[in-house]
Amino acid sequence: MVTSIIRRLIQALFVIVAMTIIVFIGVSVIGNPVDILINPDANQAERARVIAHYGLDQPLWKQYLLFLQGLLQGDFGNSFVYGRPALGLILERLPATLELAITALAIAIVFGLPLGLYAGLYPNRVSSKLIMSGSILGFSLPTFWVGLMLIMVFSVELGWLPTNGRGTTAELFGTQWSFLTGEGLRHLLLPAFNLALFKTSLIMRLTRAGVQEVLPQDYVKFARAKGLRERRVIAVHVLKNLMIPVVTIIGLEFGSLIAFSVVTESIFAWPGMGKLIIDSINLLDRPVIVAYLMMMVLLFVVLNFIIDICYTILDPRIRLDAKA
Amino acid sequence: MAEPNAQEGSVPDTGPGRLAKGISDFFRSPAAAVGFVTLIVICCLALFAPWISPQNPYDLMQLDIMDGRMPPGSESMTGLVYHLGTDSQGRDILSGILYGLRTSLIVGVLSAFAAAIIGTTAGLFAAYMGKRTETVIMRLVDLQLSFPTILMALMMLAILGKGVTNVVIALIIAEWATYARTVRGTALVEREKEYIEAARMLRLPGWRILFKHLLPNCLAPVIVIATMQVARAIGLEATLSFLGLGASVTEPSLGMLISTGYQYLLTGLYWISFFPGIALLVTIVAINLVGDRLRDVLNPRNMS
Repeated sequence: MVTSIIRRLIQALFVIVAMTIIVFIGVSVIGNPVDILINPDANQAERARVIAHYGLDQPLWKQYLLFLQGLLQGDFGNSFVYGRPALGLILERLPATLELAITALAIAIVFGLPLGLYAGLYPNRVSSKLIMSGSILGFSLPTFWVGLMLIMVFSVELGWLPTNGRGTTAELFGTQWSFLTGEGLRHLLLPAFNLALFKTSLIMRLTRAGVQEVLPQDYVKFARAKGLRERRVIAVHVLKNLMIPVVTIIGLEFGSLIAFSVVTESIFAWPGMGKLIIDSINLLDRPVIVAYLMMMVLLFVVLNFIIDICYTILDPRIRLDAKA
Repeated sequence: MAEPNAQEGSVPDTGPGRLAKGISDFFRSPAAAVGFVTLIVICCLALFAPWISPQNPYDLMQLDIMDGRMPPGSESMTGLVYHLGTDSQGRDILSGILYGLRTSLIVGVLSAFAAAIIGTTAGLFAAYMGKRTETVIMRLVDLQLSFPTILMALMMLAILGKGVTNVVIALIIAEWATYARTVRGTALVEREKEYIEAARMLRLPGWRILFKHLLPNCLAPVIVIATMQVARAIGLEATLSFLGLGASVTEPSLGMLISTGYQYLLTGLYWISFFPGIALLVTIVAINLVGDRLRDVLNPRNMS
């Protein structure tokens, strides 16, 4: 167990190093770093200063080491637009994105799991077929368009919910959160539902597929033959064996929720990381882009690592060594 | 690409009877049949857009800014009826949708096809060569699959810059790994079968075994993934264009049309965003229905 965790850690470090190389190559070799790094408004002296600062006159390997050194110190340079450290900008917007993603994930689980379970247990009922058709729709509906339609119906036509921003926030653990105030919650509702739609369908389909795989198993038949109540069979024998794929997906999808929040945040003007990165790409604010990409890499590596650990806890049969 | 029964023709080991059976199997599902017919209609609409659309939405000379933001059914000075209304530049939404569909389909098919070729080749090589080659390719695949598509696409666009061509490149880079993983899995199973052993005994050259013997037998999952990926790519292109990273304002794709309508949505001018979205939705649903059915029909477990 310990050796396999260490092995996973080494792999995770390897991934991070690989991604720094990719991002470095992307920014410094494919893109023209002088163009990207230097504010177009900068004068000649400023240009020379920045070139010297980033070591753009140095050989490539040395540039890469300088880049790494900056990463380790959390120094991605100052944002061209805000004139402040890029990492700080990202970090101060992280709570907003996390709040949105966690709410969306909760919605997806609360709706997806029971509906999928129902559709799997009673596959021939009309309601199950409706649920499954609904999930195809949920897969196919472009998130951004649904967001617009939500605004159209609930904000413009009905006037029930606000369309942009976080509303009033309250402080907890030193950061501002929307879900603590009534108005903040109202602001949170539409974006969270928008972001949750795709994942709800996903969890639903996955749960249904899992149920249908587990139901014909001998241990389920045996549990029934023992005369256990149906509720117990489902809760203990079926659900427990479902959890592995579902937990994996929930873990992986949490990361993808954060990535996809760029869309929802842009529509609902939610002041999170996603909106920042889109603005930064549009304005070529390179330090912020690099800082965001590296943050996401770190986030995903950590997430994958946690999922792998959860595997072993959930299912003793899976040993990490056997996976290779 | 968009014609599933043409794709079914490339399923290995099919005599004429098998193909006919596959096709009739496919159409046994009403949903798939509807999806297929819809898809054909959409492809025709996109293909013949220059001849059937009321105006050329990319030709700024034909646009009259005075006709901007007119509701569906209004008539222009020249007697042209805007059945689905106009956008802020006086562009007929119906024409915009027809031309936008072209962009969507081209981007979707092109990126899915290119990613399929790259990914399939990589997966085949990995399975056939084994050892170092396999480790290197599969590590790369794992690395890539641990990040969501949209993040990879954003990363590429951040590096390459905005534009439809770059969106296609970003989509290819973001999607090839899915094929590689699936093909490798299938190829690993196929590699152990007698016909490959027989081909090896005959001392056929490696590339011949790889592409003439192994490849055809790994194609079924590739076809299914490719179909689904076309839908995903169309959705992603629209999303990226909506975010302002894809198509330009003067030659809007569906996503861009929806994006331009966004600011008017709040004042109740719904049609600029609504109708292109419906077109997008119908296209994606149709492709997904076809893909869903193809997966059932092409599933080796269902092939007797």
